Amino acid sequence: MNAIAAEPLSAAETSPERAVWLTAARDLRLGLRSRAELIQALVFLVVVVSLFPLAIGPETALLKRIAAGVVWVAALLSVLLTLPRLFAADHADGTLEQLVLSPYPLPLIGAGKILAHWLTTGLPLSLIAPLLGLQFGLGADELVVLMASLMLGTPVLSMIGAIGAALTLGVRGGSILMALLVLPLYIPVLIFGAGAVEQVMASIDYSANLSLLGAGLLMGALSAPFAVAAALRISLD
Amino acid sequence: MSRPAVAGVHSLSVAGLSLSRGPRRLFSDLAWRLDSGHALILRGANGSGKTTLLRVLAGLTASDSGSVKWDDLQWTPLCAGQRAATLYLGHINALKDELTAAENLTEALSFDGLAVTDSAQRAALDRVGLSGRHDLLARRLSQGQKRRIGLARLSLSEKPLWLLDEPTNALDAEGAALFSDLVDEHLNRGGMACIATHLPLALAGRTRELSMGTTIQ
Repeated sequence: MNAIAAEPLSAAETSPERAVWLTAARDLRLGLRSRAELIQALVFLVVVVSLFPLAIGPETALLKRIAAGVVWVAALLSVLLTLPRLFAADHADGTLEQLVLSPYPLPLIGAGKILAHWLTTGLPLSLIAPLLGLQFGLGADELVVLMASLMLGTPVLSMIGAIGAALTLGVRGGSILMALLVLPLYIPVLIFGAGAVEQVMASIDYSANLSLLGAGLLMGALSAPFAVAAALRISLD
Repeated sequence: MSRPAVAGVHSLSVAGLSLSRGPRRLFSDLAWRLDSGHALILRGANGSGKTTLLRVLAGLTASDSGSVKWDDLQWTPLCAGQRAATLYLGHINALKDELTAAENLTEALSFDGLAVTDSAQRAALDRVGLSGRHDLLARRLSQGQKRRIGLARLSLSEKPLWLLDEPTNALDAEGAALFSDLVDEHLNRGGMACIATHLPLALAGRTRELSMGTTIQ
């Protein structure tokens, strides 16, 4: 009936980078099935950022001064909100074990998860940020730099966050512990990201800050998948 | 039913395997050998370490001491050889509630590194009694039906060593018989299996039983 139904993939088809796409596609598909969760992070960002003009009042100069910091802190917190769902659901239903046991290299599966997480949180946050910046009276240059800094910075947030989420998997009160673990590591990203916008507002060269964010992104891309893999192995033991 | 043999003749041997959880010694100095075409049935009371032993064999848990050898190669936990050779089905079903039965099977197979045609996947789901339910979300399936998606995965597996934790839980008599057929087929193809269960299994193939220690000294 099912003679030769299943064939092991050839070497080319089990090539490592396939694991990244396979995992990312899986997580994106699951993400799209529970859209409400995806929108939560965006709504959170919009609401938090909108609270500031309401609380501080229509002082254009002051609002403009704090705009970059407010948007960045809010983006950081909304990424933090989404981190528990990165591994916890897979852990609870047993599919995480199956990912770890798959013949594909675990760091690349971790990379796929980070990629999917960024595509569903960091990317939409970066795209909506200029709209929020308008509320604070930012100019065109500043909006572009804000978006660029978020585009470079939010992947780093996903990477660091994935390590924290993997380490605190299955720990009681894990989400608070994860926040305490991850937030200090977010500080450099926050400083460089918000700093770039401050510098463009002061008409100073801001490229150094963006370069540092880019360097962080590369460093994270090379090391975070391995850290996530190691953390997952420990957490599942 | 004329599927080609699972690649190669292998042996799984365990020597001096010990593991403690806190003050409790789950097993110590386990030593046995399992050859292609044979199954090992793990028996024992709740908490006697059956699941833990399976997890050690799968690489998910590290033992305190002792070795697990595949042919002459010693496995370190989660090494590439171990992941390529084993298929572990835990007592949780490893299904995503948001995906349909067919999608769950597709995901599991693609992470097993298998290329399986759509029609073969549908045939496998039909065979395990899920015909007409391919496109139901997993959360709408009963416990037994969820278990059967795992059986469909087994029926398509090319891994030589199956590690199954309470595989017949929640299955009805017909499902348990189907499971026995699948294991027998696998053993006839030269595969091997370690099965932890406290239910009777009607396997035609060559099986050995291992009682997990419950005696407290």
